Amino acid sequence: MKKENYVSMEFPSCSANEGFARAAAACFAAQLDPTLEEINDIKTAVSEAVTNAIVHAYPDTIGKVVMRLILREERVVEIVVKDWGVGMEDVERAREPMFTTGNEERAGMGFTIMESFMDVLKVRSTPGKGTTVTMRRKIARRGGR
Amino acid sequence: MPVICREEGRTLVASVSGELDHHQAKAVMEELERRIDQALPRQLTLDLEKLTFTDSSGIAVLLRTWRRMGQIQGSMRVIHAPAQAKRVFRAAGLERMIRFE
Ligand SMILES: Nc1ncnc2c1ncn2[C@@H]1O[C@H](COP(=O)(O)OP(=O)(O)O)[C@@H](O)[C@H]1O
Ligand SMILES: [Mg+2]
Repeated sequence: MKKENYVSMEFPSCSANEGFARAAAACFAAQLDPTLEEINDIKTAVSEAVTNAIVHAYPDTIGKVVMRLILREERVVEIVVKDWGVGMEDVERAREPMFTTGNEERAGMGFTIMESFMDVLKVRSTPGKGTTVTMRRKIARRGGR
Repeated sequence: MPVICREEGRTLVASVSGELDHHQAKAVMEELERRIDQALPRQLTLDLEKLTFTDSSGIAVLLRTWRRMGQIQGSMRVIHAPAQAKRVFRAAGLERMIRFE
C-alpha cells in the first residue's frame, strides 16, 4: 500500500501526552474529510494504544514513545504506536477482553476497543524489547466527492 | 477534571465534564468515591452531558463506581452519555449492568 502522506512524532511516556496524541491523529485524519464518528473512533483507538505505551510499557520509568500517522492509498489511515518497554510474553492472551495486568484503574478493554473501532489491528511484541501496535481504518468516501 | 456534585434528597447527582482518559481517571474516581462515602446515597445519577471524550479508562471508572454503589446497597444510572462515550461503553457491554437513560 503506497504511502501518500505521513507524520512522525516522538514523546516521553507521560500521561499528559495522551490527549495530545489523539488530537494529533484526529487532525491528521481530517485531510480525508471523515465523519465525526470516524474521527472519534480513531481518537479512541489511538488513546488506547498510547495509554498502553504509557501505563504498561514503562511501569516505573519514563520512556520513549513514537507515533507514526500514515495516509495510504484508497483513503486508509494507518497509525503505528511503538515503545521500547517491557513487551508482552503472550500477545494473544493480552488481546482477550478483560485481560489486564494493571490495577483496578484498568478495565482490560483497550485491545478490544482498538479491534472493534479499527479495521485492522496488528500487535508485535518482544519481552524486554518493546511493542509495536499497527492499526488501520479506511475512511469512507462521502457523497459528491 | 471537574466533577460537580449535588444532592437531591437521597440521590447524588454527579456531573463529569471534559476528557475522561487515563490521565484524568484517577482523580475522577477518587472524587466520586469521596462524595459517595460522604453522602451514602440511595441512588447515584451520573450526568455525562459535558463529557467530551472517554476510552477504556472511563469503563473502569464506571464499573468501580457501580460496584461501590452496590456495596452500599444503592443503585446507579447514567444520563446524557454522548455518542462517543456510548460507543465505548457498549463495546464493553456496560449496558448489561448499568442503566443508561
Ligand atoms: N505497550 C505495551 N507494553 C507492555 N504490555 C502491554 C502493552 N500494551 C498492552 N499490554 C498488556 O496487555 C494488557 C491488556 O491491555 P488492554 O487491553 O489495553 O487493557 P488494560 O490497559 O486496561 O490493561 C495490559 O494489561 C498489559 O499487560
Ligand atoms: Mg489499555
